[in-house]
Amino acid sequence: MKFDDYIYDLSSPGRTGVDLPEPDVPPTPIPEEFLREDLPLPELSLPQVTRHYLRLSQKNYAVDKGFYPLGSCTMKYNPKVNEWAVRLPGFANIHPLQHPHTVQGAMGLMYELQEMIGEIAGFDAVSLQPAAGAHGELTGVLIMRAAQLARGETQRHKVLVPDSAHGTNPASTSMAGFTAVEIPSDKDGNVHIEALKAALDDEVIGIMITNPNTLGLFESNIVEVCELVHEAGGLVYGDGANLNAIVGIVRPGDLGIDVMHFNLHKTFSTPHGGGGPGSGPVGVTAELAPFLPGPIVALNEAEDAYIWHYPEKSIGRIKSFYGNFGVMVRAYAYIKMHGAEGLRRVSETAVLNANYLQARLLQMGDYPVPYGHRFCKHETVAQGKIAGAEDVRTLDIAKRLIDYDFHPPTIYFPLIVHEALMIEPTETEDKETIDAFLDALDKIADEARENPDLLHEAPHHAPVRRLDEVRAARHPILIRLPSAKAASER
Amino acid sequence: MTLKYDPNVKYAKTDEWARVEGDLVVVGISDYAQDQLSDIVYVELPEVGAQVSAGDVVGTVESVKAAADLMTPVSGEIVEVNEALDDSPELLNEDPYGAWIFKVKPSDLAELDDLMTAAEYEAYNATREH
Ligand SMILES: Cc1ncc(COP(=O)(O)O)c(C=O)c1O
Repeated sequence: MKFDDYIYDLSSPGRTGVDLPEPDVPPTPIPEEFLREDLPLPELSLPQVTRHYLRLSQKNYAVDKGFYPLGSCTMKYNPKVNEWAVRLPGFANIHPLQHPHTVQGAMGLMYELQEMIGEIAGFDAVSLQPAAGAHGELTGVLIMRAAQLARGETQRHKVLVPDSAHGTNPASTSMAGFTAVEIPSDKDGNVHIEALKAALDDEVIGIMITNPNTLGLFESNIVEVCELVHEAGGLVYGDGANLNAIVGIVRPGDLGIDVMHFNLHKTFSTPHGGGGPGSGPVGVTAELAPFLPGPIVALNEAEDAYIWHYPEKSIGRIKSFYGNFGVMVRAYAYIKMHGAEGLRRVSETAVLNANYLQARLLQMGDYPVPYGHRFCKHETVAQGKIAGAEDVRTLDIAKRLIDYDFHPPTIYFPLIVHEALMIEPTETEDKETIDAFLDALDKIADEARENPDLLHEAPHHAPVRRLDEVRAARHPILIRLPSAKAASER
Repeated sequence: MTLKYDPNVKYAKTDEWARVEGDLVVVGISDYAQDQLSDIVYVELPEVGAQVSAGDVVGTVESVKAAADLMTPVSGEIVEVNEALDDSPELLNEDPYGAWIFKVKPSDLAELDDLMTAAEYEAYNATREH
């Protein structure tokens, strides 16, 4: 398969895919100064466009095509019934400026979703506004800060972040204008309690903690961590990206977490990672509820109607209109479809799959699993350090997996594991698929020892060969203009 | 792939090296650091003229894998930065002890005593491997 032409290169002057009707309103001329001679848009017929984009999409790898064990990203199967739900005209054809009386159904869905995810994670109030996980983090940090300012604690400016954290945690801290302070992990992969104690003072806003953490491990010190931070007057932010492992089993709010974001697109199965936008609602304790970004949906019991509500000390709007509504509909459909029982089984199966995978990795012995002495949650972190193949790196292994028709796991994250391979099978994969993936890893370890160049040059069977990431980062070409050929023919 | 340790420099725990040249201290990153980072694609250089204290973050080294803070191992004034790194950040991969990043006019040379020797740094790195 060769890499296809760009759509501009297929253009031929005068060709068109649509017949526009005559205008049925009087034309309003565009002012002279805004007119231009040349509009460099490709000119193609409808079948050309269809084939071009269908072929492009077929080169893509997607969870509908195969196993996608991208750690921390929860690439579970996205049920198609979600897509049916979101296309219902009552959801698909409404406008955010419509009068609330005309969109009670949509507002009711948002209200119920607020209630349901609040109940799942143990929070008193929820705002659905943030557009993704990282946006929820920024929102959460701003809420924590606003609550402390309201108490007159102006000296707080530091946010503690474990060294296993996702990069978005310190980034959200900086974006909010605060200083991130790194806390090391202990030998079992938990937050180092003594280091935490040493870092706590009255300048600390709080801690951002991911549970299960990015090593795929349940933070067994979580209750103590929350207590210590609270004693120092700080608040606890929960990064809910890994909620998929604990739904129906333990509620972050019950553990002492004050504010948490949900990644609806991960835990509740909506297409993401190029497949669609995210949604990162935040849930908070009653104490923090007045600071939530608005509008949120409230129920006016007297009138039996849903209304837009701005919490009284709200940090303000953080997104235009009401958040990514389409993602909310899909997540709602997913939650309703499973029910409480079903959601618990989702988490149990996700954890079972990951532990099966980890156990087989340990048995194979080619890929060290630094925290393999513990059960993992929904994912496990191995290392691309194959004995007898010292010049093969994780990147080479990941690229070779593409030749076996698997999406590679997340690599080089978390940063505290050298040559990390972070593997999250999710609950939607069967044993045969996980076995086939492990068999491929097993073969790759043999290849690494016998013919390392096979790995260095991989992938061999993908639409494109090894991409030059270094050149792409050093000399990025961010837009591609129509080629000279297409331009000269115009 | 054995990593190089330069006996003529001293090392910080955060993987910068420091070498005295005349009345200046020259700073770069270690072979271990560049190896961990892999291909370096961008170096955010410190500002010439800035007054810095040991341990301050003065810049960033970014690779295809990660972005790492660059810290100064000594206090003083930044007097020169290696502008060649703007166009050729890969110099840090190719020659970590030759490609310096910035030079400091130190306010307290005794701070160098807090840094590790090559042998100490090599032993320290051995404890970091998971
Ligand atoms: C642990 C963790 N935190 C936060 C995020 C950020 O979430 P989002 O990608 O929705 O912004 C991610 C995303 O991968 C993550 O894995």
